[in-house]
Amino acid sequence: MQLCDLSAVEIRDHVFSKQASAVEVLESCLQRIKQVDGRPGTLESGQETKEDAEKVHAFITLTEDTAHGQAEAVDKMIAEGEDPGPLAGIPATIKDVFCVKDTPSTIGSRILANFISPYTATPVARMRSAGAVLLGKVNLDEFTYGSSTESSAFQPSTRNPWDTRRVPGGSSGGGAASIAAGEASLSLGTDTAGSIRQPAAFCGVVGLKPTYGRVSRYGLIAFGSSLDCPGPLARNAKDAALMLRAIAGSDPRDATGANLPVPDYLELLEKEIKGKRIGLSPDYFRITFPNLETGEYLQQPVPTEIRDAVLKAADVYRALGAEVIEDVPMPNTRYGIPVYFVISRVEAASNLHRFDGVKYGYKTGSETDDLKTMYRKSRGEGFGLQPKLRILMGMYVSAAQYSEQYYRRALQVRTLIRRDFEQAFDPNGKFKLDALLTPTTPTTAFLMKDVYGDSVLMQYADQLTVPANHAGIPGVSFPGGLDADGLPIGVQLLGPDFTEGVLLQLTHAYEQATLDAEWRKVHPQVLQENL
Amino acid sequence: MAYSKQEISRKTFDHLVELAALELGEDESNYLLTELNNQLSAIHELEAIDIGEDVPPAMHGVPYTSESSLPLRKDNWVACENADAIIEQSPVVDNGFIIVPDIPHTTLE
Repeated sequence: MQLCDLSAVEIRDHVFSKQASAVEVLESCLQRIKQVDGRPGTLESGQETKEDAEKVHAFITLTEDTAHGQAEAVDKMIAEGEDPGPLAGIPATIKDVFCVKDTPSTIGSRILANFISPYTATPVARMRSAGAVLLGKVNLDEFTYGSSTESSAFQPSTRNPWDTRRVPGGSSGGGAASIAAGEASLSLGTDTAGSIRQPAAFCGVVGLKPTYGRVSRYGLIAFGSSLDCPGPLARNAKDAALMLRAIAGSDPRDATGANLPVPDYLELLEKEIKGKRIGLSPDYFRITFPNLETGEYLQQPVPTEIRDAVLKAADVYRALGAEVIEDVPMPNTRYGIPVYFVISRVEAASNLHRFDGVKYGYKTGSETDDLKTMYRKSRGEGFGLQPKLRILMGMYVSAAQYSEQYYRRALQVRTLIRRDFEQAFDPNGKFKLDALLTPTTPTTAFLMKDVYGDSVLMQYADQLTVPANHAGIPGVSFPGGLDADGLPIGVQLLGPDFTEGVLLQLTHAYEQATLDAEWRKVHPQVLQENL
Repeated sequence: MAYSKQEISRKTFDHLVELAALELGEDESNYLLTELNNQLSAIHELEAIDIGEDVPPAMHGVPYTSESSLPLRKDNWVACENADAIIEQSPVVDNGFIIVPDIPHTTLE
């Protein structure tokens, strides 16, 4: 066990009690990165080598020097009896979708590869001022468009620390992998359809998508503006609670943010869960997807191992005194992906018009006589396939002649998805749930290249996570065991608006009740020789 | 269910590409057209839902209320502190001006 393998709360306590300095913790992380990460993602990566295939490749930009400066500043404050803040000395990574001043902010795309941000995103600034030590920017799907991190223009893309032949999930794949591999204790991610929770599930860590508006979006390079939520990835509920408390809260720079007090999530963790009402829905134990050859929809149950992990979690909660309510109907769950195919694409197309080769970012190297040609060439060369696909889809479904048929209809179905949750959580309703307990994903981590390229199948990886984004509600994914291949299984809790505290409390209770479980003794493959 | 594998024709696709200001290679075009049609097939599932007239469209999941939203800020002019640094982000700058190729002249109908 190295310093870098401690939890964020433990590191903070070590730093405050001078058991270890922030610089020592940082050195431990840098050593781990050197051992397991391999070369960072770059635009001109050439052929992948045998060594590449065994490394994690979480990073695009490692900011070692500034991290040293931050760690030294924390140690100086401790030495002088000052309080460096609640995240004092905790090493953290930042998904490369957030702008950080004077640091490349690439969003995994050629079009922003040379972009050095002139300002810092609010959640990043809050982590810094809380004393966190920021190690750098981690890889993601290009513009966050994917569920495997493979679509990044910066290759080699991140590999799963549990099995480097497999994807880490996405789009916050670099962040989830950096936590699982012990390179950092906390990571700041974003979740538009599951991009925090799905990679958390695949990498065996905790990932929390807060309520929409709970964490400011200022400085986040936008994808789907009505869906995007920044949030924490961490090793356990306590660490996620610590980080959420530091980054949440209203921000004058984000008019869509919630102007509500931020509770002390750590204090809430220890509360009794006796009497809590936890729901199970058959609609979250099956997946529905189209057969593109016939146009028919197929339904199949989630794999037995995943179902059993969720049912075991329900047993844990029952044993702790919670009431488990079965057969909660969530009939519109199956429409989450088709609705997302419309809404997220319309919002993406709108957001991506700003990239034009004029104001910042990539400009074509070809000689061009007129502005329109320059736009076309810059965007054609700068964007990868996934952004192009989203722009074109968004323009098609929002075109005047189709928008009633597709866009308006999708927004109406979004209302129905929200109503499913409102009915389940209604304190005067039939179910009165505090949370819905579900699988996070329909599969565990898949092999690299297995799904990539099939944009429909890749999207269906988010079927069980995306309804929370449509509804705006919070959700958390936490490890609930390993499958027969030794891969982590993610269990998800969804709750009413602004009940992150309850979700973290339930996650913490599960963690405490399963501390001695055999599967918790198994570590990711890349750590076998490094612990 | 209205199912059509090639619902978006090559002609419509080319028009979208023009509107989106993208220049595409042939392989890219073929991949994108196929995937667009595949995604559109998935979207058709929405047509099977019986939506009542009373279902309003939701632009956001979480409702905005005066209690949970920040009040609108005053419409005051505030000087940008680092205007030069922001202009310098542009790929071609001359003396504080962003330089672009000629803007084609078009006559409005």
